[in-house]
Amino acid sequence: MGDVKCAFLVQRPQYKGETSRLALTHALAYQTVEILLEDGDTVTPTLNFVGEGVLGLTKGQKAMEAYGITSTESHLKNCLLVDLDIYVCKEDLDRFGIKEDQLPDADEMGAEKKINVVPFSTIQKNMEEANHVLFF
Amino acid sequence: MGKLAMGVYPGLVGSACYDFALKLADAAANKGHKVSIWFSGNATGSVKAHQKHLKDYSTGEKYLTSLLERGVEICTCEACTIARGVQKPEGIEKIKWSAMHWYLGSIHAADRVLHIGGE
Repeated sequence: MGDVKCAFLVQRPQYKGETSRLALTHALAYQTVEILLEDGDTVTPTLNFVGEGVLGLTKGQKAMEAYGITSTESHLKNCLLVDLDIYVCKEDLDRFGIKEDQLPDADEMGAEKKINVVPFSTIQKNMEEANHVLFF
Repeated sequence: MGKLAMGVYPGLVGSACYDFALKLADAAANKGHKVSIWFSGNATGSVKAHQKHLKDYSTGEKYLTSLLERGVEICTCEACTIARGVQKPEGIEKIKWSAMHWYLGSIHAADRVLHIGGE
């Protein structure tokens, strides 16, 4: 079967519901799926944020202090640390007045990946190239 | 025949999506397709056994039991389930408990994926 590409598309704001968070944790699980697959088989996810899904991604979150739960920021950093490709729609960031430098990185953890702020056309390309698109 | 992987996230009560998912799985299994269902989020509350079917509410148990008897593979997210206070011994028999990579594994094997992302 080889590699199966999955595009995770997050359309809902973080913290408002559970499923926008579950998109991150499910995408992260690509790191451990290989124990269930044949040799050489892989799952490659992309994590794409569009529409209201771009809300709740900024750095400096205090979710543990406020709600007693891990923050979306920490999940994003973990995703970067395991080389997961993250794409955030530039048009939607602009629409909500969010600047690119407000998004977190995981430099202090040693991650090489950065969040990619991209036009929607790039996210559409990710969807077209994926074997499966998962809407959250 | 084909392989269908379903991811179901909405809760049993309060959304028609869950009901739809089980009926679609039933139709696919009846046609001879191999079906797998992954429960995550609020859908995991539906794996608790001994549900009473009150007619004002959707019910999952009798449909899940029927699907399991016909070879449909059903797995619940263990973390999501225990976070809702449901322990494995209280669950419907033959439903698997695992982590999120189980869903990605079933996606890898599937010809088609139907992902119902929830509310």
